[in-house]
Amino acid sequence: MYKIAVLGDRDSIYGFAALGLDTYPVYDPAEAVRTLRRLAEGNYAVIYITEALAAEIDEELDRYRSQQLPAIILIPGVSGNTGRGIADVKRSVEQAVGSDIIFGNDN
Amino acid sequence: MANTQVNPTRMELTRLKKKLATAMRGHKLLKDKRDELMRQFLELVRQNKALREKVEEGIHAANKNFLLARAATDAQVLDVALMAPKQEVFLEASERNVMSVEIPVFEYKTRTADLNDIYSYGFAFTSADLDGAVLSLSEVLPDMLKLAETEKSCQLMAAEIEKTRRRVNALEHVMIPDLQTNIKYITMKLDENERSTQIRLMKVKDMMLEQAHHYSERAAQ
Repeated sequence: MYKIAVLGDRDSIYGFAALGLDTYPVYDPAEAVRTLRRLAEGNYAVIYITEALAAEIDEELDRYRSQQLPAIILIPGVSGNTGRGIADVKRSVEQAVGSDIIFGNDN
Repeated sequence: MANTQVNPTRMELTRLKKKLATAMRGHKLLKDKRDELMRQFLELVRQNKALREKVEEGIHAANKNFLLARAATDAQVLDVALMAPKQEVFLEASERNVMSVEIPVFEYKTRTADLNDIYSYGFAFTSADLDGAVLSLSEVLPDMLKLAETEKSCQLMAAEIEKTRRRVNALEHVMIPDLQTNIKYITMKLDENERSTQIRLMKVKDMMLEQAHHYSERAAQ
């Protein structure tokens, strides 16, 4: 049985606690990396992370890209949508197809 | 031209021909795999995009509500309200095999079936905005889980497609042409050897006949 974690600044994620997801408020990147590693080794299948935080620990996230679990998914934080989430999908397309054919016009 | 040294022997030729046949078959299979993966990937990635837009919009709306809630309620009260959640979400992760890519399938279960268990607080001391905020967030949750599933699948499939594409290209542009040139080289060499042997035999025959019958001396007489 797996659980779901949410990682990010407190204001962005505290609402998820009410739904029964485990929230881990973190502020600086080093702490985020540590927490992420702990969660990934733990019993978490899905880890949501705010875009703002994800931008700072990009290399760390890359390690989990090719692993089956956990799925690390970016969500917009309270400070707004930075477009990183969509950019990530775009990156997948570019990796697979060689060039971007889905988002071509709107970005 | 392949720069590796090949032995121009019949045995080597048969070996290379067999290798070429295997390479051709592998190339065809991998190409089919790539095409099918690509088809499924594009389908999935479109879904992914739509879901992501929906989820981002949903979270954005929920965040707005939370902001309002925070404005209307004391921070400490809010903390206390959300401190001990009643609801808990569990995931059951299985995997599905799509063209030899193991993609995750998530199924989620909540600890209690009661939909109202997302409100982990008494309604007396918090503003109604908080209820709305929590509700709006809970409405996004199924889509968020679906998004997690789709996005992870997309990432895994993209990696697999890249790998397969590399393999197809390596076979198509390196391995198969190399084998073909080597085979051609060996056939040419063998043919050449055969011709040279034939000529040598003819020459030897001429010489032996000459020795036996002395044609050139007779012609001179």
